[in-house]
Amino acid sequence: MLSNFGNFILFLSIILSCLIIHYSFNCLKTSNNLIFKNIYQLSLLQSCTILLCFFTLIAAFIISDFSIITVYQNSHSLKPFFYKISGTWGNHEGSLLLWVIILTIFSFLFLILNKKHPKNYRLYTLIIQNFLILGFLFFIIFNSNPFSAIAPIPKEGLGLNPILQDPALAIHPPLLYVGFVGSSIYFSAAMASMITNYSNNLFAKSIKSWVLVSWTFQTLGILVGSIWAYYELGWGGFWFWDPVENASLLPWFAMTALIHSLLVLEKRNLLYFWTIILCLLTFTLSVTGTFLVRSGILNSVHTFANDPSRGVYILVFLSLMIFTSIFFLFTKYKSKNDRINSNSKETFVLINNWFMLFYLITVLLGTLYPIFTDILFNSKISVGPPFYNSVITPVVIAFLILMAIGPQTKWIKNKFENLKYFLLISIFAIIINFLIVFFFRSYSIISNLIIISSLFLIISSTFDIFKKKILNFPRILSHLSFGFLIFFIGLNHNFSYEKDFNLKLGETKKFDNYEFVLKDLEFSQFSNYKAVKGKLKISDLSTNEERTLNPEIRIFDNPQTLTYEASIQTNFLRDYYLTMSNIDRSEYYNIKFQKKPLMIWIWISVIMLSFGGFLSLLRNAKNN
Amino acid sequence: MQKTIKSIIILILVFILGIFFLALNKNSNYDTEHLIGNKLLNIKLDSFENNKIISNEDLKENQFTLINFWASWCAPCRDEHPYLMELSNENNLNIIGVNFKDKKTYALKFLKSYGNPYDILAKDLKGKQSVSFGVYGIPESILIDNKFVIKKKFIGPINKNDLNDIKDIIK
Repeated sequence: MLSNFGNFILFLSIILSCLIIHYSFNCLKTSNNLIFKNIYQLSLLQSCTILLCFFTLIAAFIISDFSIITVYQNSHSLKPFFYKISGTWGNHEGSLLLWVIILTIFSFLFLILNKKHPKNYRLYTLIIQNFLILGFLFFIIFNSNPFSAIAPIPKEGLGLNPILQDPALAIHPPLLYVGFVGSSIYFSAAMASMITNYSNNLFAKSIKSWVLVSWTFQTLGILVGSIWAYYELGWGGFWFWDPVENASLLPWFAMTALIHSLLVLEKRNLLYFWTIILCLLTFTLSVTGTFLVRSGILNSVHTFANDPSRGVYILVFLSLMIFTSIFFLFTKYKSKNDRINSNSKETFVLINNWFMLFYLITVLLGTLYPIFTDILFNSKISVGPPFYNSVITPVVIAFLILMAIGPQTKWIKNKFENLKYFLLISIFAIIINFLIVFFFRSYSIISNLIIISSLFLIISSTFDIFKKKILNFPRILSHLSFGFLIFFIGLNHNFSYEKDFNLKLGETKKFDNYEFVLKDLEFSQFSNYKAVKGKLKISDLSTNEERTLNPEIRIFDNPQTLTYEASIQTNFLRDYYLTMSNIDRSEYYNIKFQKKPLMIWIWISVIMLSFGGFLSLLRNAKNN
Repeated sequence: MQKTIKSIIILILVFILGIFFLALNKNSNYDTEHLIGNKLLNIKLDSFENNKIISNEDLKENQFTLINFWASWCAPCRDEHPYLMELSNENNLNIIGVNFKDKKTYALKFLKSYGNPYDILAKDLKGKQSVSFGVYGIPESILIDNKFVIKKKFIGPINKNDLNDIKDIIK
C-alpha cells in the first residue's frame, strides 16, 4: 500500500520536474522580466511532493511495513522509535531521497528569494537544477527505489546496524547533505551565469548566502561525524583520514575557498572565472564523494552495501555533469588581465585560495591514490595519517600566520604600516608558547611552531575586536575559532596520556600516577541488546582524586553484533576516556585508558567556526 | 597555450573517470579465489616455539599440507576446531597452524583446552606474513600438495562439507 503510494509520488515528481523545465523554456521566450506564476506553483508543489514521499517512507519505518525491502533490510519491530525514524536516511535508498529533498527545496527557495536578479539567469538556474533533480529521480526509481516491494512479506526486519543507532549519527547525514547537496544550487547558478553572461558582482551577491548556508552546515556535519567517531568507535580519536571523511572534507575546502573568492568578485569585480570554477568544483567534488562511497570501490567505516550498478549510474551522471560544465566553461572563458596589486587584500584572498587548493589536492591525491595503484599496478596500498600529517601540518603554520595578516590589509593598495604591530603579537605568542612548555611539558619543534602560529592568529583576531572601526564580527569569529581549533588540537595531541592493559574482576593495577581497580561487572538486558557494564575505579595518586567509569560491552541481537561503548567523563580541562573489551575464554578484560586534555574545546571551536558562518549569513541577508 | 591547457585538463579528467570506471569492474578487494592453482613458492613463517623459520623445505615431505590461520580470540576458529582435530588423524595430511595476531599464553591455553591438531605451529604476530598468502581475516585455510600448488582455499571456518572435500582431495 505505502509502496504503491510512494512509487506514485516519485513518478509525479518526475512529471513536475519536466513541466518546470518546459514552462521555464517557454518563459525564456517572453520579453518581459516576469516569471510565469505557474512556475512558482509547480516548484512549490514539487518540494511538497518530495517531502510527502519522504514522510511516506518514514511512516513505513514507523509502522514497520516489511513489505518494503528498504524497511525490511534496515529496521526491526523492536527497535526504539527514534531509531526507526533515523533508519529512514541511514541507508542508501532513503538517503538518496534526502538528496532530492535538498535539491528541490533549494531550487524553490533560490527561485523565490532572488527576485531582484534577471529573469533569464533565475530561469536557467531553475532549469539546470531540475536536470540534476531528474537525474537523481531516475536513479532512485530505476536503480535504488526505496519503495520496492518484497513478497512474501517477511515477519521481521533485519535490523539497523547497532553502530548506527546513535543520536549523533541520526543528525549527521542530514546536516552534511544540506552542506554538500546544497552546493548544487550554486553549481546551477554558475552554469546559468555563464549561459546568460551575468558575470558581474551581482552574481556574487546572488549566491553568497547559499555558499554560506552550505558551508555552515557542512562544517557542522563534519563536526557531528567526528564526535560520533570519538564516542562510538572506541579508540579515542576524532579524525581517521578515512576516505569517506575525506570525501566530506574535499567540498569543504572548495567552499571555503569560494567564500573568500566571492569577496573579491563582490567588492572588486575580479576573479569571475575563478569563482565559477570553484562553484562547479564544489558540487562536482560532492558527487565524486557520493560516487566513491556508494559504489563500494573504497573500503571504509561507512559501509553501504556494494552494488556496482549504482556506481555505473553515478559515474555516468558525474561524467555528464563534468563535461557539460567544462564545455560551457571553455566556450565562455575569456582571459582577462586582472591586475592585482601584490600588497592588497585581493592577493591575500588569493593566497587563501592557493592554500585551500593545496589541501584539497593533497587530500584528493591521498584518497584516490590507492584506487589508482590498484588499477594501474595491481598493488594494494592504503594512505593513512602519516601521509596527511606530514604533508599538511607544516603548511598549516604558514597558513595560520597569513590568515592573521590578511584581514589587516586594504583593498586595491595597501601600505604596510603595521610591521611593529605584528612583531609585538609574535612576541606575545612565543612567550605564551614557552610558558606552556615551561609549566607543563616540552614538545617537538613542529608542535612549537603550530602552537605559536595559532596563538598568533588568536591574539591578532582578538585585537581586531577592539581595534577596527568597522567591525566584521563574523569574519573575526571564524578566524579566531579556527585559531583556537588548531591550538587545542595541538595541545590535545601533545598532552594526551594513554595506557593499554588487561584486568580481571577485583584486580588492581598501577601505572605512572594512576591506579585502576575493576570493582564490579553488571549484566543487564535491554529491549534490543544485552550489556556487560564494568565499574572501574581510577585513582589519581598525585591529587588523590577518585572517579568511577562505566565502560560497556553491548551484544545486539538484530543483527548479532558486539559493540564497545566508551565511558567518557568530560569537563572543561580534560576528558577521561575508557573502553573495555572482553578476551575470549579468559576472565581478563582489555582496558584502554586515555586522558585527553581540552577535548571539549575542539568541539566548541568548530561550533564557533560554523557560528561565524551563520552570523555572516545574517549580516549578508541584512545588507541585501 | 590556452588550447594546450584545455586539452590537458580534459585528458586528466578522462583519465580519472576512466580509472573510476575500471575500478567499478574490478573484483572486490578481498576475493582471493583466483589463487587456486597457483604455487606457493616462497613460504616463510616464524615458528611458534623458537626462532626457526618454516619454509618450503619443511613441507615438501608431506603429500598434502593444510595451512590454517587461527587465533584464540577468534570465535569461528572454535567452531572449525573439531574438524581440524578430525583431520589431524589423516596420514597423508599435515596441518600447519598459523597463529594470527595473538598472544602466546592465550594461544597455548586455547590448544590445551580444545586439543592441538597441528603438526607444525607458526606465528604471525602482526598479520603481515599472512598477507602474502592472500589472507586478510581469519579463520582461513589453504590446502596445498607436495609441489606447493594451491588445491583449495577455505575462507571462513571449515564446516562438515569442507571436511569431506578435503578428505576426497587427499585420498
